Amino acid sequence: MLPTGNLRSLEKNLALRARYRKERFMMALVGLGTGLAFLILLLVLAYALSQGAGALNLDFFLKDMRPPGETGGGLRQAIVGTLIVDGLGLLIALPLGLAAGILLAEYPDHPVNPYLRLLSDTLNGMPAILFGLLAFILIVKPMGGFSGLSGAFALGFLMIPILARSTEGVLSLVPKEIREAGLALGLPRWRVILSLVLPTARAGLITGVLLAFARAAGEAAPLLFTAFGSPLLELNPLKPMDTLPLRLFAFAISPYEDWHRQAWAAGLVLFGLITLTSLLARWASRRRF
Amino acid sequence: MKRLYTHFGDRIFAWALLLLALGVAALALLMAYELYQGGSLALKRFGLLGFALGREWDPVIQKSFGAWPYILGTVIVSLSALLLSFFPALAAAIFAAEYAPRWLAQVINFLLDLMAAVPSVVYGLWGIFVLAPWIRDQVQLPLYMWAAEHAPWLVPILGVPTGYGLMTAVLILASMIVPYTAALARDAIALVPKEHREAAYALGATRWEVMRMAILPLARGGIIAGAFLALARAVGETMAVTMVIGNSHKLPYTLFGGAATMPSVIANEFTEAVEDLHLSALIAVGFLLFWVSMAVNFAAAYILRRQERLVKGVL
Repeated sequence: MLPTGNLRSLEKNLALRARYRKERFMMALVGLGTGLAFLILLLVLAYALSQGAGALNLDFFLKDMRPPGETGGGLRQAIVGTLIVDGLGLLIALPLGLAAGILLAEYPDHPVNPYLRLLSDTLNGMPAILFGLLAFILIVKPMGGFSGLSGAFALGFLMIPILARSTEGVLSLVPKEIREAGLALGLPRWRVILSLVLPTARAGLITGVLLAFARAAGEAAPLLFTAFGSPLLELNPLKPMDTLPLRLFAFAISPYEDWHRQAWAAGLVLFGLITLTSLLARWASRRRF
Repeated sequence: MKRLYTHFGDRIFAWALLLLALGVAALALLMAYELYQGGSLALKRFGLLGFALGREWDPVIQKSFGAWPYILGTVIVSLSALLLSFFPALAAAIFAAEYAPRWLAQVINFLLDLMAAVPSVVYGLWGIFVLAPWIRDQVQLPLYMWAAEHAPWLVPILGVPTGYGLMTAVLILASMIVPYTAALARDAIALVPKEHREAAYALGATRWEVMRMAILPLARGGIIAGAFLALARAVGETMAVTMVIGNSHKLPYTLFGGAATMPSVIANEFTEAVEDLHLSALIAVGFLLFWVSMAVNFAAAYILRRQERLVKGVL
């Protein structure tokens, strides 16, 4: 073999080594970046668990909050309020969101669809606090005061585009043979949609509903000037109502040690509620029809 | 197609659907209109440009309202958060999509879901009780002490070390928007046809070279769209930012100093606004926020649509 050949292979070898060094370096960088991406999340979760677990007891779920400075009590009013405001919001959002989703998926060449999709995308990208402003202008001002109902409207506005999008997505997954079979039997289109398409997509629809519910349950910003908050259990949606994120915010910026502990506990309960709903959603979507 | 709508029940059903769906459309239009209407008192008093560029926000004495400190605050906070989170998020996406063993990829995907599900107020709570004190004691105080001794001219720029300010908000926000970039980047990487990788591997490329030369260029649009969505999210994020940013009316002129963003000033002052002009000014800030969010979201949607066409073209 010619000496030049050896030289060339040596050169190649060095280049190869440099490339592998770079490979290892970049891999390390990717690993490091991945770790960094989750650093704060893991710190937050660890801290929330260590601080909140101690304040979680039966009283937390069964009693209302105590006046400032007094220890003990619970956040019953906020837990019940979260469920009421969020549930009412879902009731408001469901017909509009579902209808928009059905129209987009089942009537693909309906003339309003391009505009409808554009506007629901617009809503989808809006900051949550703007839904609060809208509910304030549309509900709180005419009604003359803060109320659980206005909070429900704010959360409902927030859920509508999420529901529309998830409904459209799920319905487009339903095989078109099912629709064709129905139409071939002579069923009108509305019967095909209501009795064949929607039941087929039921699991996916439930998933979308639960995810929208979970998304809204954690929101405080649109409720600051709509549901407003209340220190006692309130079941009348025409009165101001407490929710967990709202109460957590109020406790967090308060000067009382005991309220800080309860804020962490509220964070854990809220987080548990959202995780539970998301798990339910995942479980529902995994069950086939 | 026409014949499908001729059945009487069908027509009613389609009209009912349309009516409800128009409610959705009306809501979006109503939002733009009502925010404009609600803010018109302030917008007319100062003019749109005068309001957007005004530096004075004084609800008590001068009763003058300018949103510039909040616009600037929003831009600085959200762009810095995006800058800080982009590479970690991209790394997580690359790792989950290409390199991690299956179980680890699932753990990462689970963490991304979790991150998106943790309510904003919980991040804010952690910011108040852990991050802000830490930044005050470990970062700001040492800097302050050093400046007081060696460079007194730095002291006014550093401001009072409280821990609440731009820096703390940026760190928390960066963590909160990771899942938006990461999830879209991961999906974009997964969409790259496997022939591309195989061809590059067959040429003897290392794994990183495959990533850089065969995968990332094709996934670029999706990754950028993810960044824009994260930016949109950062622009609108309210509670966590409100809780740690220090809520100052002044122009944000240092990385540690107190500031405010458009959403945070609305959240902070809305229930205290007793005068019509103040209330109107806050709604006008919402009106500006609406258009900023709209612009960022449309940019993301546009990039994503182009990307989809690109990948489809390759397939």
